[in-house]
Amino acid sequence: MELRQAKTGKLMIEILPNKCDFCGCCVGVCPEDAIELKEAEIFIIDERCTNCSKCIWSCPIEVIVLNKNGLIKK
Amino acid sequence: MKKQYDIIVVGAGPAGSMAARYAAEKGVSVLMLEKDRDVGYPVRCGEAISKAGVEEFIPIDEKWIAATISRFGFVAPNGNEVFINFGDAGFVLERRLFDYALAQSAAEAGVEILTRAYVYGLIIEDDIVKGVKYEYRGEQHEVYAKVVIAADGVESRVGRWAGLKTHIDFRDMEAAVQVTAANIPIDQNTLYFYFGKDVAPNGYFWVFPKGNNKANIGLGVSGITGKKRSALSYLNDFMEKHYPNAPILTSIAGGVPCSITLDKISAPGIMLVGDAARQVNPLSGGGIASGMIGGSIAGTIAGDAIKNNNLTHILTYDKAWGDRLGKRHEIFNRIKNGIYNFSDEKFNLIAQSFLKVPEEKRGLGNLFVTALMNQPSLLVDVAKVFLVK
Repeated sequence: MELRQAKTGKLMIEILPNKCDFCGCCVGVCPEDAIELKEAEIFIIDERCTNCSKCIWSCPIEVIVLNKNGLIKK
Repeated sequence: MKKQYDIIVVGAGPAGSMAARYAAEKGVSVLMLEKDRDVGYPVRCGEAISKAGVEEFIPIDEKWIAATISRFGFVAPNGNEVFINFGDAGFVLERRLFDYALAQSAAEAGVEILTRAYVYGLIIEDDIVKGVKYEYRGEQHEVYAKVVIAADGVESRVGRWAGLKTHIDFRDMEAAVQVTAANIPIDQNTLYFYFGKDVAPNGYFWVFPKGNNKANIGLGVSGITGKKRSALSYLNDFMEKHYPNAPILTSIAGGVPCSITLDKISAPGIMLVGDAARQVNPLSGGGIASGMIGGSIAGTIAGDAIKNNNLTHILTYDKAWGDRLGKRHEIFNRIKNGIYNFSDEKFNLIAQSFLKVPEEKRGLGNLFVTALMNQPSLLVDVAKVFLVK
């Protein structure tokens, strides 16, 4: 599992790319414009994400997770 | 492909296509960019629309009609069904063909269209939007325009880049999932809506016929529910209970922004339409017709602004939308908030008392009156949108 590095040292959001349907719910609710979504490609823009978790709550198909373990600190 | 257009539309859904077409009909040059390879696909939609909603924009064509709707069926948590007859109310569309037909009508008006063109940024000079940056087959391009119309759907990133606050509160985002299934033996002229906390908390579960016993089956859940349980888990439960062996032809996720329209849907050089502007009817979650209306208003205003060489004219769009539908959506939103948290017992009671109304006297107006009997302030709202013609 690949983890992203949090500038803040907080917990980190991860989108499971193989499960994603690219529907855009997470992008619409993200207050930081921290998610890049193309036709069939999605990723979190590290430096913008604040781990607020709104994307997790708004994912219809359980594709976004908050990794509580294995956090890589800066 | 030119380096400069009068108008660039980002997104080729119904709102984008109508914005593009109405602008082009004013005689200005229009480029419409779509990030996916196909216009109209994938279909992230329940596909139901009123007849009037279609007819305002395109002559009815059987090839994109999957089912004709003349009846609504409401299913209470205890299983009681209440039906309302409408005559010729509307359709369940074949959106992949419908969106195609709309884009084609834009093309016939002179709009240039490019798919697989992913807009990743705006050209902004002196705080005014002057064009877009897009990626096409691995190469980056810039193209200038006097007005950019953002029809980029639920994501609504283009507006943000222009400085508008477009992100939607997670409580108002209905995160939805849907299957199109075969061998679903329901009445092919009825839209079914299921209510109840085990089926669709804070919303409704839909079963919409698509002809030949196919159906769109799905639900959306608010982010409040999503904190605990996903839409997918509710859908799986429903299918297991009602149609465990139904073949699944399509399975799709999508988001429905169920809120009032954004505070600001235009700024110098930019206009927002459709889901990007949050123009969905917040009560029904329907956004095809309202998106086309928003798009047509924006396209007309943008076309006039360019033709008359008066670009500040595009700022009149906010009021024009508000007068046509925006204010109405505020009423729908109040009604939605009134029924949002009803208990199963309450839904059962509403169905029970509504069943006593003779079928020929049933309508959405008196259904909502029955539901909101104890909230007199909302009865005025119900009267405004359902009872006064």
